[in-house]
Amino acid sequence: MSNPLTKFLPFFTDAEVPHTVSARPDTGLYSAKVGIWLFLASEVMLFGGLFSAYIFLRLGAEPGYWPAGLLNVPVGTMNTAILIISSITVVLAWAALKMRQFSKYKLYMLVTILCGLIFLTVKLSYEWPAKFNHFGVFIKKESASKYEEFLGNKHLADSGQNPRWEITGHLLDAPKGSHYAHQAEHNAEHFAHETGRHDAVTAAEDDYVIQLDAVNANPSDKENDRPHFWPVPMTEKLAVISAKDVESASVFAPRHSTYFATYFLITGLHGLHVLGGIIVFLYLWLPFRGGASLYKTNPEHLANRVEIAGLFWHFVDLVWIFVFPIFYLL
Amino acid sequence: MGSHSHTPADVSHPGPHDSHSHDAADPAYIAAHIGAYFKVGAALLVLTGLTVGLSYVDFGSRSMNIIVGMIVATIKASLVAAIFMHLKGEKMTIWRFLIMTAIFAAGLFFLTMLAHSDPILGTSHTTH
Repeated sequence: MSNPLTKFLPFFTDAEVPHTVSARPDTGLYSAKVGIWLFLASEVMLFGGLFSAYIFLRLGAEPGYWPAGLLNVPVGTMNTAILIISSITVVLAWAALKMRQFSKYKLYMLVTILCGLIFLTVKLSYEWPAKFNHFGVFIKKESASKYEEFLGNKHLADSGQNPRWEITGHLLDAPKGSHYAHQAEHNAEHFAHETGRHDAVTAAEDDYVIQLDAVNANPSDKENDRPHFWPVPMTEKLAVISAKDVESASVFAPRHSTYFATYFLITGLHGLHVLGGIIVFLYLWLPFRGGASLYKTNPEHLANRVEIAGLFWHFVDLVWIFVFPIFYLL
Repeated sequence: MGSHSHTPADVSHPGPHDSHSHDAADPAYIAAHIGAYFKVGAALLVLTGLTVGLSYVDFGSRSMNIIVGMIVATIKASLVAAIFMHLKGEKMTIWRFLIMTAIFAAGLFFLTMLAHSDPILGTSHTTH
C-alpha cells in the first residue's frame, strides 16, 4: 500500500534524508532522535507553564476554595495503570523490531494503540460527562450560616480544617431562566423515578434544589473530612438554596472554579497528546510505506521511527504521572 | 563533542562503540533488557498503588501529603525517563538539551512564584 499523502505533499517524497539510521558524527545520534528531544524540551516548557499556573492558582486560593475528592479515584487509577502498560508495550514493540521479530512488533503496537483508545474513551465517555452533570453552588460568605446544616463549618472550624463554601450534587430544580433548566428537569425525572418522590420541583422560582453529595448531606461527620477512595453514592437528601445567597453556580465545567479550569485545560491538552500518539502509532502499525511496510526495505529505520514515537508516548505518560496525583489525590 | 569523550552518560555503558551504532543497537543487548522493561513496568504499577494509598494516610497536613505524593511521582518519572526513554546511557548531546530545559523550566516556575509573592494589584483572585 503506497502512502496516499505522497501525491499531495512534497514533504513526503522520496528525497534522501540523511542520518535516519546512521549516526551523525557530530551528535553521535540519528537525527530524528535529536529532533524529538528538542521537541520534548519545548513540551516541558508548555506543560511547565501550565503546571506553574496550577501551583500559582492553588497557592492563591482562599481557604476552602480548593476542592478535594471530586474526581473518581478508582477510574483515574485504572487509567494511570493503562497508560503505564502502554508505555511498557511500546518499548517492547521497539525492542521486538530491533530483534527483527515483526509479528511481536505488530502485537505489542496493537496493545499500545488499544490502551491509548481505552484511556481516551474512559475520559471522554465517562469521566468528563459525569462532571458535566454534577452541579456545585458556591454560597456567599455572609449567607453561609443559613446553610450550616449542609456546610458544617462549625465542625470544620472546631477541628482546625478549612471552611466549606460549596454545596454539590445533582441539580433538580434551577431558578427561572437558568441555563441548566433542561438538565434539572432531566435529573428531577430520574430522581422521581428512583425514589418515588416528587418534592424536588416544588420550590419557589428563584431557588436551586440540589440532590446532595454525602459530604454536604452529613458535613459534620468525621467520615467526610477526608476524601474516600471509592466514590460515595449520592444521598436522597435535598437542599433548597435561594439564588440571592449564591455567589456562583454551575456544572463542573471549566467555568465552575479555578480547580476545574486547570483540570480541564491540563487533562484536555494531555488527552490531545494521547490522541496524537495514537494517530502516529496507527501510521506505524498499518502497512503504509513509511509505516509497517518500511520493515521490508529498512527495518532499522522503522525501529527508529517507533523509538521516536515511543519517546513522545513515554513523555505523555510522564506528564500523567504528575497530573494524576495533583488533581485526583492531593 | 560528548559522543567521543568519556561523559557520565557513556560510563554507565562501558565497552567499545563506534559513532555509527546506538548503544542499544545490539540485539543481544536488547534481549537482555526485556526483563528490565517488565520489572520497571511492574515497579511503576506498584508505585501508582503506593501513590494512591499514601494519599489517604494523614501526614499531618495537606502540604506534607503533597510533598510525599510529589516525591513518589518524581521517582516514577525518573524510572520512565531513565529506562523507557533510554536516558540512562544516552549521548551527552541529549543530556545537554535536558540540562538547559531544566534550567529554563526552573526559571519559569521561579517567575511564577515571584508573581505569587508580589501580585499585581487587582489581579489576585480572592474566591474560587
